Amino acid sequence: MSHTSPNPETQARNEMEGDSKERNVSHKAKPNEPQGKFKIPNPSLILLIGPSGSGKSTFAHKHFKPTEILSSDFCRGLVSDDETDQSATNDAFEVLRFIAAKRLAAGKLTVIDATNVQVEARKPLVALAREYHYLTVAIVFNMPTKLCQQRNEARADRDLKPHVVRQQSQQLRRSLRGLKREGFRNFLYVMSTPEAVEAAHLERQPLWPNRTDEHGPFDIIGDIHGCFDELIDLLKALGYEISTQPDGNTVVEPPHGRKVIFVGDFVDRGPKVAEVLRLVMHMQRTGAAICVPGNHDVKLARALRGRNVNPTHGLAESLAQLENESTEFKTEIAEFLDSLVSHYVLDNGKLVVAHAGMKPELQGRASGRVREFALYGETTGEIDEFGLPIRANWADEYRGPATVVYGHTPVPEPQWVNRTINIDTGCVFGGKLTALRYPERELISVPAYQMYYQPIKPFLDEADEQSTLKTHRTDDILNIDDVLGKRLISTRLHHNVTIREENTINALEVMSRFAVNPKWLIYLPPTMSPTETTNKPGLLEHPTEAFTYYRKQGVSKVIWEEKHMGSRAVVIICRDPETAKKRFGIADDTLGICYTRTGRRFFEDTAVEAEMLKQVKEAVDNVNYWETLDTDWICLDCELMPWSVKAQELLKQQYAPVGASARIAFGEAVTALETAAERGIDVGRILDDYRQREEAVTNYVKAYQQYCWHVQSISDLKLAPFHLLATEGTVYFDKNHLWHMEMLSKLCERSENGLLFATSYGIVNVTDNASETEAICRWEELTEQSGEGAVIKPLDFIVQGKRGLVQPAVKCRGREYLRIIYGPEYTLPQNLERLRTRGLSHKRSLALREFALGVEALERFVHREPLSHVHECVFGILSLESEAVDPRL
Amino acid sequence: MLLKISTTYAPATDLGYLLHKHPARIQSFGLSFGQAHVFYPEARGETCTAALLLDVDPVGLVRRPHGQFEENFALAQYVSDRPYVASSFLSVAIARVFSSALSGKCKDRPQLAETEIPLKVELSILPCRGGEILLRRLFEPLGYTVTAESHALNAQFPDWGQSRYFTVTLENTCRLSELLTHLYVLIPVLDDEKHYWVGDAEIEKLLKHGNDWLAAHPEQESIVHRYLKHQRHLTREALAQLREEDAQENSDTIQAQEEAQVEERIGLNEIRLASVTEALKQSSAKRVLDLGCGEGKLLRKLLAEKQFEEIVGMDVSHRALRIAQERLHYDRLPEKLKERLRLFQGSLGYRDKRLAGYDAAAIVEVIEHLDLARLATFERVLFEFACPRTVVLTTPNIEYNVQFENLKAGNFRHKDHRFEWTRDEFQAWATRITKRFGYTVVFHPIGPEDENVGPPTQMAVFTRKIDE
Repeated sequence: MSHTSPNPETQARNEMEGDSKERNVSHKAKPNEPQGKFKIPNPSLILLIGPSGSGKSTFAHKHFKPTEILSSDFCRGLVSDDETDQSATNDAFEVLRFIAAKRLAAGKLTVIDATNVQVEARKPLVALAREYHYLTVAIVFNMPTKLCQQRNEARADRDLKPHVVRQQSQQLRRSLRGLKREGFRNFLYVMSTPEAVEAAHLERQPLWPNRTDEHGPFDIIGDIHGCFDELIDLLKALGYEISTQPDGNTVVEPPHGRKVIFVGDFVDRGPKVAEVLRLVMHMQRTGAAICVPGNHDVKLARALRGRNVNPTHGLAESLAQLENESTEFKTEIAEFLDSLVSHYVLDNGKLVVAHAGMKPELQGRASGRVREFALYGETTGEIDEFGLPIRANWADEYRGPATVVYGHTPVPEPQWVNRTINIDTGCVFGGKLTALRYPERELISVPAYQMYYQPIKPFLDEADEQSTLKTHRTDDILNIDDVLGKRLISTRLHHNVTIREENTINALEVMSRFAVNPKWLIYLPPTMSPTETTNKPGLLEHPTEAFTYYRKQGVSKVIWEEKHMGSRAVVIICRDPETAKKRFGIADDTLGICYTRTGRRFFEDTAVEAEMLKQVKEAVDNVNYWETLDTDWICLDCELMPWSVKAQELLKQQYAPVGASARIAFGEAVTALETAAERGIDVGRILDDYRQREEAVTNYVKAYQQYCWHVQSISDLKLAPFHLLATEGTVYFDKNHLWHMEMLSKLCERSENGLLFATSYGIVNVTDNASETEAICRWEELTEQSGEGAVIKPLDFIVQGKRGLVQPAVKCRGREYLRIIYGPEYTLPQNLERLRTRGLSHKRSLALREFALGVEALERFVHREPLSHVHECVFGILSLESEAVDPRL
Repeated sequence: MLLKISTTYAPATDLGYLLHKHPARIQSFGLSFGQAHVFYPEARGETCTAALLLDVDPVGLVRRPHGQFEENFALAQYVSDRPYVASSFLSVAIARVFSSALSGKCKDRPQLAETEIPLKVELSILPCRGGEILLRRLFEPLGYTVTAESHALNAQFPDWGQSRYFTVTLENTCRLSELLTHLYVLIPVLDDEKHYWVGDAEIEKLLKHGNDWLAAHPEQESIVHRYLKHQRHLTREALAQLREEDAQENSDTIQAQEEAQVEERIGLNEIRLASVTEALKQSSAKRVLDLGCGEGKLLRKLLAEKQFEEIVGMDVSHRALRIAQERLHYDRLPEKLKERLRLFQGSLGYRDKRLAGYDAAAIVEVIEHLDLARLATFERVLFEFACPRTVVLTTPNIEYNVQFENLKAGNFRHKDHRFEWTRDEFQAWATRITKRFGYTVVFHPIGPEDENVGPPTQMAVFTRKIDE
């Protein structure tokens, strides 16, 4: 952008605020009819203005997409079935404005195809544009009245009396003069002949803040305030080459492909304002930097242009430092600062940089209020004890998808709050100068050499603890809008996952009544599908089918892990209660948590939980994973045994009664049949059948009771971890399962009280028969010795196959175990045959969606995304769990 | 499931005539849920035993055509006791396999069918909800000698306790048809389940089979109630029909007893709701929230007060809201009433802009259902974000629990209560709220106040400080 061109945004601001005094930028008079070339800001609200028959609709369809055009005739038809029904006009315009509002909220270019010849008709549309910070464009069809009348007569579907058109033409002509004042100052295009209409050529221009095609990587630097030396230090730390030219100018060479973005406030308070400006302007000129203005910069520019401004807050110092500079340089500075665009939207809309932040609904828009917000943020209108304006907490409320990087208010440490981060670390007040690397999200700071300026409000004295807990404080309360209703959650693994409204209804109750504090709920385990049903006699599931599945998916190596019959448990363990407080925002002096697959606290007795967590922590201490994994906390996916700890009620209500009743029932039946047989009655087939069934029931009782044992104390519990899910800053989905099993078996070895229990496993090459056979033998052994079965997973944690995500695991349950699922007598041939028909596809699709959400939740948590973003995923898993799917799969 | 019927009437083998089943053969009958076999383990002159072996198809129960049976948890499970125990399946089998005997017909020995003979019944496994006591109360008045053996859930885990199953022997001298009728009605009553949909037709069945004996049975009410699956309107109708024949004997006294039992519970709740309504009225609130409205008892009271122009009921349970909607006849309310009332699902664990801007909120017997650790969130959601001018909140006073005779010491009043507070604890909490969020508070007792332990329920009325 050339320095000499007036800032269109400033113009737009003046216009939209109706501020005619604020004319610090010279306007070039715009010709009303540029030679057929109309610049159309995108997005904008475009009003076609002209009498009926002046050619608006034809023009609209030539230059705009059908969906961009909102026509009053069409809306009349919508509400009345008759496009010409004038009595429907009011309703039609209500509909039109409603649709327009939705489009403007969504940031879409919108064309209003109505006569719009009366000021009363235009007014609400201009107001709507203001509300959504839209620029307005008027395209006027000032055609000869006769021509319009002729055209109307030729239309079979219109019966407009000539006087109506004449009246419209008069209204239009009366309007022409006032259109500029009404809000069409910059984009007013008038055409008076059919030739002009024919020759018109529209050129869409992205709005100034739109730089979505710049993808970085960027180094975004906070408020400098004349701290030149620190800026140089920081640029060096970021890898920029700094050299000094013979003329004394500093030249900056960015590392390959990188670019600086300055968040503004280059000047005031600090010692080397001129040097900073010279460097920043040079960097912008050479394309090494992008700048947005700060409030101090704007004020300096006004002062340099001779405006009467109050030289407070360090402005006097800036002016003094610039006093000896040449007039040219000062003009150059003023032009540079004036040219700066309020904020930028970059990287496909994923990054927004503005001096004082930017609300989602203002991002990428152009208006006076957008600029105000960018420069000053949002204030409540109140003044605090230091005489400073109290700032409204836009960041606390922020729910936008874009990351917003800003400065303006000094903070001791940058803190992520809802995808926003303030990187003004008060260098000029003796703090530090900070850069955020994007997309790496790494923070790099250099300390200030001294305190150059005494802050009015001591920002560094803020109690340290309070500031580190800020993220948690503002994040404390989740919003019902973040969870209720139909939801679409975008995941990095599996596109968008849709959560149906009726499922969120169930999840809300479970989450509210039974789940642990949402801050602990950073993950919920996905459901797991069984293998395809086998045709092997006497069996429903067998490893062969699992191996075949993965082979078909192009996976050659899989791992089998023993499936423990207990209850799924997620364990988060912290190095100390301080970590729980700082990282998780849980300040009740606990070391972590153990929760079930539906997010409930595993142990009602907090003493048992505390003891268990202590023992897990000791094991982590012993293997020193705190150092190895560079973390203060670990999240583990586990199975907790015995089953009877959590399933006591189920056992007493369902499993034990079935065993007790069936044994007696069959015992008595067999005795009676035998007695009858002794009498010589031919009961042969029935007796045999009942003897078999009696045995099946005995096996059933054996099967369930071996997963039960008395738990008197923690020493009766076994915790078998099988995924090392995440630690600070890292998830371990890029590590294969062998890594997980090895890391965890080391941990289990060092569990002194024997709480932690290593899971047996083996690697299988599914393209090698011998390897498969060996694994099958192990599975048979395991299931014969009371094992539940095996979980078979691709060796890599996440596998994307030809047709998308591959099942992260399938379970293969043993013959005896399945009695607990399909009933004592399921193995009888007549039963087994019927049970073989079972559909897996719904279960499998559910498993993938839940897996993707679980991974997403952890990714978001380790990347310090706001609680609501993590919670959304976990809530989604809980919602999916209420989908109706065969519970036996 | 095995049902054995024996007699010592001489010649005992005449039992075969009565049952229309030949003692020398085994016979099988197809049923919609499996099959039944009839055979005689013993058939001698002095004693004869017929056995009905009911063979319920366990897989068929789950994989049945939709709508064949009642949608019921136990039937949807493969791991289910239904195939193994005496239940309504057995009643159906009796009616099917022994239909003539049940109706007292006997082609070959018509006299015998009218004769009272010594009979013994053995049920291999009979589920008794209500235990041996109920078993005896049901059969002994009909003249039976009852022997019952209880079974443990699992002998290896004695701490799991006894199951609800009994092996039962019943002895009586009566007509076979009487005996079968008793079994037909009372087995599902003891089991307290039915595998099929219970509707009006079930009343007819009950009256048909209970014709001779039910009207005089001391457990008449509970038999009818359970037989008709606790459906009040059916029970009422059936009892009315029974009593017509019974000249309205002791039914009034029974009803009075029932009421007195309920009175004690309902009484407190009534007082509580009246106090809350009064407190809301006193606050001169026009737009009120009932947070955790449950099935809508308070909402009904609020609707009756013209002062409340807008009433919102919120609950976390969608099911409760549906019930509230039904109980309040929401869909049939006159327009004027309907527009004052709104119901929606929400949670006190989430900030909710729908709750902002109301004059008052009632939170009646709700906070004790929240985990103590989550209370802080509730406090902010209510007092910081919704911040109504008045908050009326009630919760149990744990000190009073000693006054409840049927409450075990140390237990909370409700299984889902996460805590119950003493008066001091409640008041300390409420006072902290006032300091943190700028409210004042006044406490009120609800219910009869005991000198030592205070009232059963405690209420706090918070008022937002506005002028500060």
